[in-house]
Amino acid sequence: MSDRLDVRKTYKLYVGGKFPRSESGRSYEVTDHKGGFLANAAQASRKDARDAVVAARAAFAGWSGATAYNRGQVLYRVAEVMEGRRAQFTADVAAVEGLTARRADDVVSAAIDRWVWYAGWADKLAQVLGSSNPVAGPFFNFSTPEPTGVVAAVAPQDSSLLGLVSVVAAIIVSGNTVVVLTSFERPVPAISLSEVLATSDVPGGVVNVLTGSTSEVAPWLASHMDVNALDLAGVDDDALRTSLEVAAADNVKRVRRADTSDWSADPGLSRVRAFVETKTVWHPIGA
Amino acid sequence: MSPAPFEYAPAPESRAVVDIASSYGLFIDGEFVDGNGPAFKTVNPATEEVLADISEASAEDVDRAVAAARRAYTKVWSKTSGKDRAKYLFRIARLVQERSRELAVLETLDNGKPIKESRDVDIPLVAAYFFYYAGWADKLSHAGFGPDPKPLGVAAQVIPWNFPLLMLAWKIAPALAAGNTVVLKPAETTPLTALLFADICRQADLPPGVVNIVTGAGEAGRALVEHPDVDKIAFTGSTAVGKAIARSAAGTRKRLTLELGGKAANIVFDDAPIDQTVEGIVSGIFFNQGHVCCAGSRLLVQESVADEVVERLKRRLTTLRLGDPMDKNTDIGAINSAEQLARIRALTDVGDTEGAQRWTAPCDLPAHGFWFAPTVFTNVTQSHRIAREEIFGPVLSVLTFRTPDEAVAKANNTPYGLSAGVWTEKGSLILRMASELRAGVVWANTFNQFDPTSPFGGYKESGFGREGGRHGLAAYLDVA
Repeated sequence: MSDRLDVRKTYKLYVGGKFPRSESGRSYEVTDHKGGFLANAAQASRKDARDAVVAARAAFAGWSGATAYNRGQVLYRVAEVMEGRRAQFTADVAAVEGLTARRADDVVSAAIDRWVWYAGWADKLAQVLGSSNPVAGPFFNFSTPEPTGVVAAVAPQDSSLLGLVSVVAAIIVSGNTVVVLTSFERPVPAISLSEVLATSDVPGGVVNVLTGSTSEVAPWLASHMDVNALDLAGVDDDALRTSLEVAAADNVKRVRRADTSDWSADPGLSRVRAFVETKTVWHPIGA
Repeated sequence: MSPAPFEYAPAPESRAVVDIASSYGLFIDGEFVDGNGPAFKTVNPATEEVLADISEASAEDVDRAVAAARRAYTKVWSKTSGKDRAKYLFRIARLVQERSRELAVLETLDNGKPIKESRDVDIPLVAAYFFYYAGWADKLSHAGFGPDPKPLGVAAQVIPWNFPLLMLAWKIAPALAAGNTVVLKPAETTPLTALLFADICRQADLPPGVVNIVTGAGEAGRALVEHPDVDKIAFTGSTAVGKAIARSAAGTRKRLTLELGGKAANIVFDDAPIDQTVEGIVSGIFFNQGHVCCAGSRLLVQESVADEVVERLKRRLTTLRLGDPMDKNTDIGAINSAEQLARIRALTDVGDTEGAQRWTAPCDLPAHGFWFAPTVFTNVTQSHRIAREEIFGPVLSVLTFRTPDEAVAKANNTPYGLSAGVWTEKGSLILRMASELRAGVVWANTFNQFDPTSPFGGYKESGFGREGGRHGLAAYLDVA
């Protein structure tokens, strides 16, 4: 080891493809699992959340309008870029989750593989979730899945990388854009992921990453009238969960409740299905 | 502006086919029992004649119904094979067909919709929904939800008055096919066909408690959806009530699907075949007196053909016959209730006040009952309340546009997203509009078509979940 003094990183939010500090100017101290200083993470505010929703809405038309093939390639590109930064992610995960280097490496592998898994789904969802419908009349009728819109997600508190990736990838693969609130105590892998997203062809605004307090920021996302759906994966407090669901009803948000997901298990399609709409189109058959 | 409609001799359907009791109880655990709440009356909205006294379910009654559904679920229905569930549902489909005239007449008497609609649309579709979902009951492992998808348990279902028995079918058929038991509350103003459906369950030998029908108003519905032993809530009705239900289900384990209001755009391009389009506009908003959540209540017509379309539309509307719903020639029946009529009048008055131009089809309104003549507002802008709020009546708001981009922007400029219509001869434009409209159902060169194989449901504040097709099973299976 050299005795060179290392260059430390400023940890920021990721909104609209840029890395701003919190407009509030706030930050909070993040420690590793042993309690040692790790970083000062930006502490997102209501305004940051709203800015992120604006960015996500602005990105929605382009991302949902991209071809499924293109979205699949972009998700795959995320995996490629992550693969090149394995060491960074392994160190992050080991530090915040208290895993051995070997276990942390397994988690990083699983997270990268999860991007690959979802990448392959992009151009298959319409066939698996859609249908041609044999109506009793002279009509051509088909149903296709379409993205719900802007999804606000609370990432898992414990599984700081694999859980986060599982939530985000399932939301964006179908064409949604997302504002994700990271694990409060373990935000560092999410910030590293932001840096990957920024350099892997994911259009700015498709994924917006906020670090900060769930109980402070999530209610503003849950009540935001330009958010179409909520993923409460990381909300384990019953009272908070209830209040978020109540707020979500104001514009009939689709809500995926917290679950005790084993993030290493086969994810299935239920997370994807939670954030797609089914559109059915009719047209007469005739002369 | 156009010749008077032809004179038609009366052609009334006979009501002798139905036998309406003077009073009805609640259908709980396979038998009719008296409700503990005060009885209320259901009336024929075309005549204001009282049809029957209906029991109001109290919270204790609802509790009994949910308990019956739970017992039936635990002891019987969850142990009944898919093959047998299918056969029960096939039986029900056949019984509906056998008693279709009786059901149609009763629906028209209680609801006010024209007999030609209840006879040719509502009741045939009821049978079709049961027949369709019957076939799924023993094929759930092929539905794309994993190898062995499980039912949820007891479903609380609350339905509206606009398609009383059809909404019952949309709710009960998939629920039972997937293996759930149900407690269903029909709308306060239209309980009779649901109560006759109880007799069909008896004839089908459906095990007691699998289907329970509780009647009543909002309080009974609230008691049902807030009951702690309910696993699933399915609601069709207003967006305001849907939001209240979503709030009440917050923090619980209950699954929820909502089919709420709409303010559909029906978009007419300048190359659309005009006669066909006018027919589509008429069926889009005047079918079932406009008491349709997916009604094409906003006509968006391309500026270059707007005058011609509106003129032809008005000419066509003068030929619609409004009156006795039991008459086979009637096109426009009665408004379902005095309350709904008051709502329609209030919103259309706002249309006048805000500066839109009202045109009313010339027709005589019967002296008794609740009636509203087909009405078209022109000079409507997006900010007008008649362009933003669901009127749920025979009232069309006409707006214009110049380009497809403008049409999409205006069509999507609503918190609702249930349905939309597109009229053009250009295939590529249809497909573009179909993909850009944020609505769950897009009818291109047609409108208001329904089929049990075809998923139906909204985007945005029109609700979530789908009814119909393979997708409709997801609402009643543990697949989230």
